[in-house]
Amino acid sequence: MTDWANILINAGLTALYLFLAICVGLLFMGIARKVTARIHNRVGPPIYQNFLDVGKLLAKKSNIKHNWIFDFAPLFALAGVLLALAYLPMGGYRLLSGDGDLILLLYILVIPALGFALGAGASANPNAGVGVMRALTLMLSYEMPFLLVLLSLMIYYNTASLTTLLEKQMHSVWAIDVLPISALAADIALQGMMMEKPFDIPIAPHEIASGPLVEFGGNYLGMLMLYSAGSIVVETSLFVDLFLGGGIVLNPAVYGILAYVVNYIVWFALIFVVWMIAIFINAVFPRFRIEQAFKFYWKWPTLIAALGLAQAYIMSVILGVSV
Amino acid sequence: MTPENPNPLPSIIPEKDWKKIQRMLSKRSLWMVHFCTGCGAMEMPPTMTSRYDMERFGIIPMATPRQADLLLVTGYVAVKTLKRIVRVYEQMQDPKYVIAFGSCPINGGIYWDSYNTIKRLDKYIPVDMYIAGCMPRPEAIMDAFLKLMKDIDEGRADGWLRYKKYYEKYKANQRRVFKRWDE
Ligand code: SF4
Repeated sequence: MTDWANILINAGLTALYLFLAICVGLLFMGIARKVTARIHNRVGPPIYQNFLDVGKLLAKKSNIKHNWIFDFAPLFALAGVLLALAYLPMGGYRLLSGDGDLILLLYILVIPALGFALGAGASANPNAGVGVMRALTLMLSYEMPFLLVLLSLMIYYNTASLTTLLEKQMHSVWAIDVLPISALAADIALQGMMMEKPFDIPIAPHEIASGPLVEFGGNYLGMLMLYSAGSIVVETSLFVDLFLGGGIVLNPAVYGILAYVVNYIVWFALIFVVWMIAIFINAVFPRFRIEQAFKFYWKWPTLIAALGLAQAYIMSVILGVSV
Repeated sequence: MTPENPNPLPSIIPEKDWKKIQRMLSKRSLWMVHFCTGCGAMEMPPTMTSRYDMERFGIIPMATPRQADLLLVTGYVAVKTLKRIVRVYEQMQDPKYVIAFGSCPINGGIYWDSYNTIKRLDKYIPVDMYIAGCMPRPEAIMDAFLKLMKDIDEGRADGWLRYKKYYEKYKANQRRVFKRWDE
């Protein structure tokens, strides 16, 4: 009996957290539009604009027919992003867990993008094909520094588990204080992961008519908008979890429910800061070409990440600093 | 409207409220695709950028007709262009709206005796709003946007329903000017 009650409570909490995460993502998109507009010296839309957009899109009907993979792809992408959200600790609360999950997470993060690519490919539009090619190349470019950064974290904290990583950061200082070089490389990689300028090459509305999105309209596009809202939260909170201690300031084991509330608020503030950095860069930069982005990523951020890796290695293996 | 955009929760939301909600949402987020045919393309940049900033009302340019709700036809329409306009219009998802700019799509304007432009756009696709003038200034365009939003709210912008109802007649008019569909 109690088992069932527990499962139900957990399911409810999971749904609530995922729903909140999507709402946070939509709100962030609205804030980003407002901030960008202010930087351009415009008034800009209200910050709830993206809720209206999603509502409108979901209330529309889509009569675009290609094949069932095309119909299935938005669901696939949305489900993938929800899965990634469930695996990432948000404000210290995580829904699914497992050991060695940093590596698992890397695989899960690819699923939503894959669903996206699937639908784009099925639409048989040349613009979509070009967009998918660019997205995959971009992924290849930023994964290089990002993997090096993950490696340096694993070496320094001597763990491949996200839970342990968070715990160790909670008990000592945040990783950004001890590994600032790696954090810099991770933030540059994050810009590409979020496809903000100068790396919005796959979407590029003025060049390839929004790339993978080109054939989607109506409620399909609405679902993809929810997907991109979710992936904003996934990507920003990935950075927060890795380098800013996941926003955990109070130990849930000691403070109980209060800790969850405070941690959630701190987490929210931190992902907001990370998102704003990305948006400020986005608002003032033009766009790279894809081969320029590739060259850039395999040069500077990789170099910085390698330096960070060396620092982590020297600190933990040679000097024997342990946390 | 009922067969196209069905109420997702008929037991909770009454049919009338559903239509109202839909209209309210679509008026506040009009995504447009501007089909820049004639001279009017020049008036769009100031309307979009910081001087007049139409994003205030949730109107943003979209890259493809699939994603758009609002079609702007900015100027005279040649027969060859009309074919593309019809294609673009038919690719948009319901509900969709059309604004025609300038005097050319109203009655031919200075091209009234031209051999290869059409005179009234309204005969070929349903137009919800005309902006008179040659060329309308951004103030007039903003005014038209606001009027269209009001019309949508009151349910008067029903061009897409008209297109469905009189589909055969619109098609007959289109066939009269196109010799072939594939050129
Ligand atoms: S109405 Fe005037 S400005 Fe507009 S297309 Fe015709 S001639 Fe050009």
